[in-house]
Amino acid sequence: MDFNYSDEQKLLIDSVERFIQDDYDFDTRRAILKSEEGFRRDLWQQFGDLGWLAVPFAEEDGGLGGTSVETMIIMEAFGKGLVVEPYLSTVVMAGGLLKAGGTAAQKEAVLPELMAGTMIAAVGYAEPTSRFNLADVSTTATASGDGYTLKGHKSVVLHGPMADKLIVSARTSGGRRDADGITLFLIDAKAPGVSRQDYPTVDGLRASEVTLDGVSVSAGDVVGTVGGGLSLLEKVVDEAIAAVCAEAVGAMEVLYKTTIEYARTRVQFGQPIGRFQVIQHRLVDMYMAYEQAKSMAIMANLKLDADPAERRRAVSAAKVQIGKSGRFVGQQAVQLHGGMGMTDELNVGHYFKRLTMIETLFGNTDFHLKRYAA
Amino acid sequence: MDLSFSAEDLAFQREVRDFIAGNYPADIKARFDAGLEPRKEDFVRWQKILFEKGWVAPGWPKQYGGTGWTATQKYIFQEELGAANTPGIIPFGLNMVAPVIYTFGSEEQKKRFLPGILSSDVWWCQGYSEPGSGSDLASLKTKAVRQGDKYIVNGSKTWTTMAQWADWIFCLVRTDSSVKQQEGISFLLFDMKSPGVTVRPIITIEGGHEVNECFFDNVEVPAENLIGEEGMGWTYAKFLLGHERSGIAAVARSKRGIAKLKKIANEEQADGAPLIEDPAFRRKLAELEIDLTALEYTELRTLARESQGKGPGPESSILKIKGTEIQQAITELAVEAAGYYAMAFNHRAMNGSNDPIVGPAATAFAAPSYFNMRKTSIYGGSNEIQKNIIAKMVLGL
Repeated sequence: MDFNYSDEQKLLIDSVERFIQDDYDFDTRRAILKSEEGFRRDLWQQFGDLGWLAVPFAEEDGGLGGTSVETMIIMEAFGKGLVVEPYLSTVVMAGGLLKAGGTAAQKEAVLPELMAGTMIAAVGYAEPTSRFNLADVSTTATASGDGYTLKGHKSVVLHGPMADKLIVSARTSGGRRDADGITLFLIDAKAPGVSRQDYPTVDGLRASEVTLDGVSVSAGDVVGTVGGGLSLLEKVVDEAIAAVCAEAVGAMEVLYKTTIEYARTRVQFGQPIGRFQVIQHRLVDMYMAYEQAKSMAIMANLKLDADPAERRRAVSAAKVQIGKSGRFVGQQAVQLHGGMGMTDELNVGHYFKRLTMIETLFGNTDFHLKRYAA
Repeated sequence: MDLSFSAEDLAFQREVRDFIAGNYPADIKARFDAGLEPRKEDFVRWQKILFEKGWVAPGWPKQYGGTGWTATQKYIFQEELGAANTPGIIPFGLNMVAPVIYTFGSEEQKKRFLPGILSSDVWWCQGYSEPGSGSDLASLKTKAVRQGDKYIVNGSKTWTTMAQWADWIFCLVRTDSSVKQQEGISFLLFDMKSPGVTVRPIITIEGGHEVNECFFDNVEVPAENLIGEEGMGWTYAKFLLGHERSGIAAVARSKRGIAKLKKIANEEQADGAPLIEDPAFRRKLAELEIDLTALEYTELRTLARESQGKGPGPESSILKIKGTEIQQAITELAVEAAGYYAMAFNHRAMNGSNDPIVGPAATAFAAPSYFNMRKTSIYGGSNEIQKNIIAKMVLGL
């Protein structure tokens, strides 16, 4: 058993954290949020140049052969900076699906550009009535000729507006919530029949409602097996959950430390509010919530290669802990900052909003408690 | 980073497991599995078995009788003892006074006291709290006045765990009232059979006898029983409190508690189905298990830091707080799960008589355990004090 980072991993931590500190401060992020595209292509290119986009991919595919620990490191640092660039969607999710289920041709067509930072990809797995159930797929893929025609509505596709490629789930057979019969397709975001309604999310990201209206795809666009897409999607969504758990840990660390700093300097009744025991104990509760969340994020990331039942339980347990801890730390950070905590100009509320949306993302605490106990 | 055990660790785990299977006396196991009040001889017999094997003091430096194990091995050892439900190591001698003696004691004191602690021939108790000194321990009043080659001790201690079985006590006493509170305290060892020592039981709310009041009326203590220097007792006391934190999270104990809770919930019927199928109950159980998993990994991270020579720092207060909250939550949920039979007070059976138990065996002591576990957030520095420690030492407030 070993909880230490290797020397290479320590270098990666240094490099991502240095980037956040030097090139991604609060004002920079603020400007990105206000911009037309909602992310910075030049920074994304820089991620590619630094090799961050190639981290999880196999060396024979041109990647760096990193483990979940490297992804955890990057996501945790991104959480500290509230990075809005599409790492989760493009590298962890779309990249993860191609890595585990893509054909040689698909990998060849997408991964080099994806790793270089010249192609962005997003994943459509949710629908207006699916809630958190990945198997609840109404989008249909009807066989036509030697391919399929896609029809349906994928909702809240994170980073959809900037995506060049989409991977979507659709039903090739079976009833609406059947586990079997789900197939994943790699499509061009500008393919005929694809239309998007783009919008910002409350935590500063961009998303799309994607309508598929008679999109023609070939058999070669199937990612994974026909009808067997669910287990692949579940695996990659579990990896994405572990990644956002790490992101949340980074965000929580900034929040609890910022709040301590504020309690040390904010003077009321003639003394810093951090001298009051009621404030001290609240800060200790935040610190403990952060530590427990960090333990669980590490645990989940290290169990991604376990058998699916163990992986699922580990990931759900972590998501529950992160959901609870994130909500507590976020709410208390706002509370202890008083009126300032309510203002858009302070970074605190932005971390709170991201943590709140991470709780919802891929299933909230209730959903994962049920999944854990099942 | 890697969660798996190495081949050496797995071999060690097998060795520990086999040793416990072959050497844990069946009669003690039966008593502990039934949840009966523990007896002194059960603890002593089991500790002697571990002593013979050389495994009774994993936390000690090797030169004094420790095992020289890695942090992972210590963790595995604790896990296996917990999983087998063996009697817990009584900490007062092995984990509390011994580190003080081998760190601050004289060579004579080491030679005189450490062997009896290792072999469990001498049972120790802890003289810290007083009726007027709980969380504010430094305000203690028990007085020791030097007269020639001895100290005369007067005062009282309270909440003295298992003092009724103790041969010796390590005791914080005030040797100087003219200086700052913390600077007038000394650390004395004395024989509980000394004239002037009286032990009176305190029965706690669940009906058990774990703690006592101890009264000292002109107790004569040889001056050679003073640890280190006069007036340095507070330093040694704090060292003791911060030193041995292994097991403080009680993860293995709580895992067993959850297993027992599941047993109750499988047997208990609600609307014609086992309670464990009730969604409201399942949810609470799942939350507890997840809390415990988080604590387990926090403890592992703490051990990893310690094995690199950092700590055990004040961060380990988190293990005490979360560990006790979880122990309490498990017993609380066990009372809920037990339903009506939680009401039956099987007090004679609990104390070892052969009286039949009312209701299912698994629920027999659910309520007493719950009542008893309320102590955990009070003892060892209350959880509020632990938060003060974290606020000051970790968060820098």
